[in-house]
Amino acid sequence: MFRPLIVIRRIPNIDFMGMRMFGFALSAIMTIGSIVLFAVNGLNYGIDFSGGIVIEARTPQPANLAAMRNQLDGLGIGQVQLQGFGGPNDVMIRIQRQPGGDKAQEQAVSKVKQSLGPGIDYRSTSVVGPTVGAELIRAGTIATILALVAIAIYVWFRFEWQFGIGAMLSTLHDTVTTVGLFSLLQIEFNLTTLAAILTIAGYSINDTVVIYDRVRETMRRYKTMDFSVLINKSLNETLSRTILTVSTTALAVLSLFFFGGQVLHGFSIAMLWGIVVGTYSSLFIAAPLLYYIRPKGVHGRGGEVAAAPAPPAAPAQQPRAKTGAP
Amino acid sequence: MLYFARWKIVLILAVCALGVIFTLPNVFSAQTVESWPGFLPKSQVSLGLDLRGGSYLLLEVDTAAVERDRLNSLVDELRTTLIGRRIGYTNLGVAGDHAAVKLTDASKYDEVRDAILKIDPELQIASASDGTMTLKPNDQAVEARRRSAVDQSIEIVRRRIDETGTREATIQREGDKRILVELPGISNPEHVKALLGKTARLTFQMVDPNASVEEAKAGHVPPGDELLPSAETRPGLPGAYVVRRRVLVSGDMLTDAQPTFQENEPVVSFKFDSVGARRFAETTKENVGKLFAIVLDNKVISAPVIKEPILGGQGVIEGSFTVQSANDLALLLRAGALPAPLTVIQERSVGPDLGADSIREGTTSCVVGVILVVVFMVVFYGLFGLFADIALFFNLCIMMAALTLLGATLTLPGIAGIALTLGMAVDANVLIYERIREEVRSGRSLISSLQAGFERAFGTILDSHVTTLVAGALMFWLGSGPVKGFAVTLSIGVLTSLFSAILVTRLLIVTWLRRSKPKVIPI
Repeated sequence: MFRPLIVIRRIPNIDFMGMRMFGFALSAIMTIGSIVLFAVNGLNYGIDFSGGIVIEARTPQPANLAAMRNQLDGLGIGQVQLQGFGGPNDVMIRIQRQPGGDKAQEQAVSKVKQSLGPGIDYRSTSVVGPTVGAELIRAGTIATILALVAIAIYVWFRFEWQFGIGAMLSTLHDTVTTVGLFSLLQIEFNLTTLAAILTIAGYSINDTVVIYDRVRETMRRYKTMDFSVLINKSLNETLSRTILTVSTTALAVLSLFFFGGQVLHGFSIAMLWGIVVGTYSSLFIAAPLLYYIRPKGVHGRGGEVAAAPAPPAAPAQQPRAKTGAP
Repeated sequence: MLYFARWKIVLILAVCALGVIFTLPNVFSAQTVESWPGFLPKSQVSLGLDLRGGSYLLLEVDTAAVERDRLNSLVDELRTTLIGRRIGYTNLGVAGDHAAVKLTDASKYDEVRDAILKIDPELQIASASDGTMTLKPNDQAVEARRRSAVDQSIEIVRRRIDETGTREATIQREGDKRILVELPGISNPEHVKALLGKTARLTFQMVDPNASVEEAKAGHVPPGDELLPSAETRPGLPGAYVVRRRVLVSGDMLTDAQPTFQENEPVVSFKFDSVGARRFAETTKENVGKLFAIVLDNKVISAPVIKEPILGGQGVIEGSFTVQSANDLALLLRAGALPAPLTVIQERSVGPDLGADSIREGTTSCVVGVILVVVFMVVFYGLFGLFADIALFFNLCIMMAALTLLGATLTLPGIAGIALTLGMAVDANVLIYERIREEVRSGRSLISSLQAGFERAFGTILDSHVTTLVAGALMFWLGSGPVKGFAVTLSIGVLTSLFSAILVTRLLIVTWLRRSKPKVIPI
């Protein structure tokens, strides 16, 4: 028979709760560090947000950036940033927004094109005004905050409010540290990066929800179990699932990172980080947080549910598929 | 759980089959698809400009200019009224969002107010403490004018772009006062930009023969006149003209304009509608021997002498044109004037090579991603992993079919969304399989383990998918351009993966269960 090559047979017994102080400390450092970095370093905003002019050019021979820079600096169009981009023949030319209206931008673009001479393939040109960027940053921030709140409300609705708080804090942690990473490495922060951050918010909650689901189920099963032992048990039981699904998503994102080209670079880096930190925060932040904001029923109330090891009744809130066995 | 009604099986298979059929055209080139027999679907998913190459322009309508124009003409009306009634005034002019005037004789206030209200009953007229009369258009009227200015602008932009022969251009309103123009296949939009940058308001006004340009330049413009610069400065031509403010005939009365030649010089010939023709005839009859100015966007193109009355409603505009500029002017006059100036606030153009590269890179990363995930699932789950992979294949097809049928635009971030959902789609399978393993471990029978696996995992799967959908919906709502494209594929992918992971995988497992009647579960 067609059998799997690798099977994780034994349920591990890792003491996540014992490491919670280490996790909290690490996350506190990363979160505060991210906020400080963002305040001090800011972000390397791409043209989407900062406005200005970006020209992508492909030269017939490998591009000589120094020579090109000398040539363009003399044009009187302000500071010109040149950057290798993808292959050796690809150059990204970035110019500040020119004072004046549309005409001024247009003139700057044609100055650059004239100065570099013929033979160069201009693969793309973008000119972005200053107002659009500010609006996009506003919309992006609103979207991220709304996503966090909406997810917390959903988790609250499906579980209890304590779970909602845990989920929101760990997701907030994931998004803040992603911004911190971009500030630290000064990778270009553009619209696709913003999309990645929102996706991270939606994705990192996955693990958390799966683990919370298990915590709730175990809570119902073992009414008297010590809560810290209970959380550990739930984390270990779901660990193999956590690792496997993270791996498949990571595989997809890795292939985007390696084959998706320059445009998706920032996106894939953000996603990779989000996957790693999202998993970490589910294990070391979201679950241990529950220990401190104990949901109701941990110590307690009368048991309407049969004790283990008899097959437990499915939790009432959990919707069942309607196709029952005959 | 492990039983499927016959109609359900048929439905699941039908959805999968339709997914494959509607995805097929996307795998082949457009020419191949054209040659297919008629009953097969032919529509392909539409590619965004970042993939097919082209230009994207975001224009903003200067709606403030509409209001300024409106206030200026209000001031003119006010002046005419006051002069006509011989009422003394000072400080007449536009101040911010209203017009203001101070009457020398405050007792005339009511008379002026009633006269003005007769012309425009919607004005809000008030008097300040120092006796200044303020006239403010009401907010609804301002809002209505703003909206109609944007609507009109969209219409004019469409006409101008159509006149250039650009095919498949999309022009749509974006937000309050912006217009999004997409020009597939045009990677150098300079010409289109130049055409859209002109308001193209054409007027015919008389040159004031008694005024001197020098004096006007020094600030002494006679009342009722205005100083307008020439469209071009050449030695031997005056750099500016003093013309009467009164517009005799304007561009909106034109029925046609064509580029043509006169004495080997490019000129633009025009034709008036009946009202315009009559006015033009009357004016030229009364003013033989005088100069009249042809004014485009507040610049005098030319100021010829009226040699004889022009009665046929036809004429030509001379002015040192090139063939191109005569063509452009004729085009602009045919398409009509913009109600307000437009500015390009964002411009992106992508060459066809870059687009092709992006398609290749996007496809490669998807294919590699799928292969890795497929192998991974088989390595970790064996036969069940293969089931998940088959479901993944149908997931991809249904997703592509949905994108095609919904007419969604596929962008590079959209492709990233596909790659990402493929990685995330097997999450549901992993949840189910891990649960089955656990149930097997706790000593349950084969059937009951499978059943419990699907049943218990369902709630969790639903939760994790809903949270991703929430993020996707927010991105679609608040995002723009590339983010929207990503949100669409991500959300569609989440929905289709629910279907494929839960229904398709289960159907495969149930079928396998019946056929091979296994004793143990191979995971």
